[in-house]
Amino acid sequence: MKDSQPVFAGIDVGASRTKVVILDREQQIIGRAVVKSGTDFEAASHQCLTLALDMADRTAGQIAKAMTTGYGRKNVAISQESKTEISCHARGCYYYFPRPITIIDIGGQDNKIIKLDESGKRLSFKMNRKCAAGTGAFLEEMSARLDIPIEDLDGLARQSLNMVELGSFCTVFSATEVLEKIRQGKKVPDIVKGLFFSVIKRVMEMDSLSEHVVMTGGVVAHNAFLVLMTEEMIGRRILVPEYPQLTGALGAALYAIENKRLNP
Amino acid sequence: MAEEKKVVRKKIEATIQMNRYMSDYFYELNEADKTRSRKIAWCTSVGPAEILRALGFLVHFPENHGAMLGATRMSTDMIPIANASGYSPEICSYLTADVGAHMKGVTPLSKAYPGIDRVARPDVLVYNTNQCRDVQDWFAWYAAEFKVPLIGIHTHRGVKDVGDAHVASIASQMKALIPRLEAISGNKFDMDKLRHVLALSRECSNLWKKVLDTASAKPSPITFFDGTIHMGPAVVLRGTQTAVDYYNLLLAELETRIQNKVAAVEGERFRLYWDGMPMWGRLRDHSDLFARAGVNVLASTYCNSWIFSAFDPEDPFNSMARAYTELFIVRADDAKEAYIRRMLEFFKVDGIIYHDAKTCPNNSNCRYGMPQRLEALTGVPSLTINGDLNDLRLVSDEQTKTNVEAFIEQLEEK
Repeated sequence: MKDSQPVFAGIDVGASRTKVVILDREQQIIGRAVVKSGTDFEAASHQCLTLALDMADRTAGQIAKAMTTGYGRKNVAISQESKTEISCHARGCYYYFPRPITIIDIGGQDNKIIKLDESGKRLSFKMNRKCAAGTGAFLEEMSARLDIPIEDLDGLARQSLNMVELGSFCTVFSATEVLEKIRQGKKVPDIVKGLFFSVIKRVMEMDSLSEHVVMTGGVVAHNAFLVLMTEEMIGRRILVPEYPQLTGALGAALYAIENKRLNP
Repeated sequence: MAEEKKVVRKKIEATIQMNRYMSDYFYELNEADKTRSRKIAWCTSVGPAEILRALGFLVHFPENHGAMLGATRMSTDMIPIANASGYSPEICSYLTADVGAHMKGVTPLSKAYPGIDRVARPDVLVYNTNQCRDVQDWFAWYAAEFKVPLIGIHTHRGVKDVGDAHVASIASQMKALIPRLEAISGNKFDMDKLRHVLALSRECSNLWKKVLDTASAKPSPITFFDGTIHMGPAVVLRGTQTAVDYYNLLLAELETRIQNKVAAVEGERFRLYWDGMPMWGRLRDHSDLFARAGVNVLASTYCNSWIFSAFDPEDPFNSMARAYTELFIVRADDAKEAYIRRMLEFFKVDGIIYHDAKTCPNNSNCRYGMPQRLEALTGVPSLTINGDLNDLRLVSDEQTKTNVEAFIEQLEEK
């Protein structure tokens, strides 16, 4: 028999993936799911919500409040309430790491650097410009050019013994450069590590970092080696939440609880 | 689906009169172009228009035409034409849009003012580089195209404090223009006429300042987006009685709004300052984006750029030299920072929006650490949005929207 307690849903409709987190009243994650956003945000969010509710063993009728976030936050009918992904990622990360933090979120289409103070209040944020450099889209394009499944990139980068450094951040110019490196006989793992390094360099120039750095986003969730490389670059440990791809959805669910409390 | 709140726009009644004045201005230029009854000068928008008017020229302002190309969203189709003829997509998109439109033989004036099929041709082009060097190159293209003289003033750049040496240099350059302008116009320079024009410009400037200063009221009766439209007469009719009449009318309406506590943005929750150029093709969208959230972007460096407090009819050349050099865009960063700090205080601002316009480095004040320095000094948070004044290929609407909404959420959490 299903638990009859109300639940709270956070739905992050990203450009690449839709993510859902279901929280119980004690703010514990009891359901979660990730699906491709595709071209029908409505269908993707319904599918994702259903999967997350199934995992939580709850029904849609038990959702006391839902909140949407992400690129398609205003394109889905599940909820009337939405918050930007900046606020939601911040809230989701602070849930795991309640201290002054700098969040680096590397998503499918954009990057963000968000700074929070000790109380979780946002001090500043930066998003990438109108450019795919340093985002998941950059790695997707490169994997297509190299004819390597995107899920193999992390394993390949780990095999690198002599990283190839790429000169450009630009997706188009990098693709040309990669072809040149292949012609020069460079090894694919070395090129892939170079691509990871390019992503990190691009993100690092967006803003300065505070002492405690958190990394999130789909690119981080699927490429743990990228985190290791960033640690090496900045010379300190990086905090990664349990579900790095879900912090936006988690933040949205936390806002849903808060809103329910404020507007019962 | 989250329904977007409908924005109820409060119409400024004086707009009808402004449209009449602007219409008269363009038809007068058109008539002179067709009949060659009056000499026409093209002038930079913060250039020595007063000297030209005193010599009897009708004055066309290419920057105003550039803004019209942007606001009508024609510019993005015109820019590539200029790009293809050697003018880089990286340079001023007023220049590339305007030159591209000329090459294609189109103008937004045709749609707005039936019977006008081209921009009135110049007899002379007069620039002042106080805003940027691009204006000189822009005017040089037309000088070659129309085979007319190109003359100008080269202003000192990055000026911290405007000193006597700066003033003397610019004043002498202004005086040096006169013999050539006399020859082109066929009119003898008359100091009394210049004093009269300058007195009207000063009055226009004073009134325009009072109009913009109404935004210090809580709630503000005007928005920055209103300002970008209503600055038209301060740009193209400065030095005429018409501009003075218009701003008297507009000011009275805004003062009535203040008395009646009429807000330009209903439920004004936050007050923002805009630094940099407007994105002309997105004025309505941006106005709605902020208004929907109860946020008024109410003051700006940009609209303030047509305030010339130093104008003094008793000392025309020196005071014009000073006024056109005291402009924000001419100044060093420390002078700019001091200026913005005064504006933040005067307008009781909660946050700053910096527009980093890709093709206008001179009007993008966020590229040398100013937002960070000002925030450290004042505690007023800021947001930088990337875009452009005229080239919509450089604008990402979704990113702008997310950035603005996230910034407003940050203000709410404060």
